[in-house]
Amino acid sequence: MPGALTRGPAGLAGSRGGRPLLTAAWALAMGILAGAMLLLVLLPIAGLLFTSSPRELWRGLGDPMVGPAVELTILTTSASLVLVVGCGTPLAWIIARRRGRIWRVVETVVEMPVVLPPAVAGVALLLAFGRRGLLGPALGALGIGVPFTRMAVVLAESFVAAPFYVQAAVAAFRRLDADLILVARTLGASRPRVFFTVAIPISWPALAGGAAMSWARALGEFGATLMFAGNLSGRTQTLPLAIYTALESDLRTAQSLSIVLVAVAVALLVAIRAGARR
Amino acid sequence: MLAAAVALCARPAAGGELVVFEAASLRDAFARLIPRFERDNASTKVVTNAAGSQELRAQIEHGAAADVFASADRKHMDALAAQGLVVGPTVFTCNQAVVVVRRALAATVKTLADLPRVDRIVLGAPEVPIGHYTVEILKKAAATLGAEFPGRVDAKVVSRELNVRQVLAKVRLGEADAGVVYRSDAVAAADQVSVIAIPPELNVAAQYPIAQVKSAPHGDLARRWIELVKSPTGAAALREAGFMPCPAP
Repeated sequence: MPGALTRGPAGLAGSRGGRPLLTAAWALAMGILAGAMLLLVLLPIAGLLFTSSPRELWRGLGDPMVGPAVELTILTTSASLVLVVGCGTPLAWIIARRRGRIWRVVETVVEMPVVLPPAVAGVALLLAFGRRGLLGPALGALGIGVPFTRMAVVLAESFVAAPFYVQAAVAAFRRLDADLILVARTLGASRPRVFFTVAIPISWPALAGGAAMSWARALGEFGATLMFAGNLSGRTQTLPLAIYTALESDLRTAQSLSIVLVAVAVALLVAIRAGARR
Repeated sequence: MLAAAVALCARPAAGGELVVFEAASLRDAFARLIPRFERDNASTKVVTNAAGSQELRAQIEHGAAADVFASADRKHMDALAAQGLVVGPTVFTCNQAVVVVRRALAATVKTLADLPRVDRIVLGAPEVPIGHYTVEILKKAAATLGAEFPGRVDAKVVSRELNVRQVLAKVRLGEADAGVVYRSDAVAAADQVSVIAIPPELNVAAQYPIAQVKSAPHGDLARRWIELVKSPTGAAALREAGFMPCPAP
């Protein structure tokens, strides 16, 4: 131990000064890989922003599809966020607190929408809520038709976005100190009180992050919406669908709509991050 | 690492691989011709890329390694020809629009005039060829079926799809009651939907041009493929798939 003590500083100095090559190579390798990752993400977005003139962008924004699409997108993604957080938080809480094998299966099932190709997700939604779907006859008896409505847009967005939130919430609830909850309970706090005054506040940053990811996913949702809700301006045509429709006739309009989508996404994400910090 | 990944994906096609860019509606017809072509041209493999004509055009404009381009409308082929990206396009077949109705409503909808009687109509978006043709047909129909006819149809439209297969899929699944698609698409789903012809005086003939791509890696194979498509064998395969010879101009 004394030996280690005396050698300590010298050894440290040695490792710093003795292997400058390794240090430099390490920094270089990390830098190159990180830079490559960054470029892969940044270049396409830069391409979107910088390959058209402001006038062309302005003309694209004048397209009659834009207004209704922006409005519908904000409305439906907000509704889906409320649905996902409102129902996803209790689900995540239960999954995180239960030990049974069945709950591990549930956890995996909830992640399924992430791997489903979007069009398949749309067909799956039709087979659940459509006319000939599992719930079709029951919904039909109540006079409710889900496909081709705003409700369908919200369901499609929630279906694909939910896993991002639930996963984050489960992970956050698992990290909670079990003793903390036990102490709160032994001090007489009721279960709802523990949930709202201990679990939620401590997990808040992770929950907000998950909600932001989930909202972003809902914003970009395209394939499932097209299949399940259709594409009708003012009724079910969200921004991604408007972009795809514009792409059929005019690349510039599609490009300016994409920039609007990116701007809306950035604004919402910044707002959520700011909210989470408070 | 990234460079290696890119290199792996961009590896040029092996020799003797004919790459055909085909409009989505041609998939079934061309699939019938592929075994024949591969038998006649030993050690050749036909690879197809089926998508909307406008997507294929964009891919070719951005340098995709295609040998043949077969488009579902003249517009996109003419645009590529104007840029000198394809050689000698010619129209090789025609397609017609038809109304498809889900089976349960076969008794309700017997002619185009009955179309507004259903609740949910799905059409192509005006930006895509089938939607463009549908608008023209409805406009012409206004003359015989009444000026308000297009409006009565529009009132029942629940979705304007981005390609014809999406229109058909929704009628097939029973979610939409009726739609307007190409006869070639309807043929593929004849067991699930009823097909109603649109009178020839209202209909439009969608012309399908084919051409060799200028930068084709396999120009010789491309020419042979186009010959096969235009031969009686090709015409038979197209007819079976619901296409028809073009009406004389």
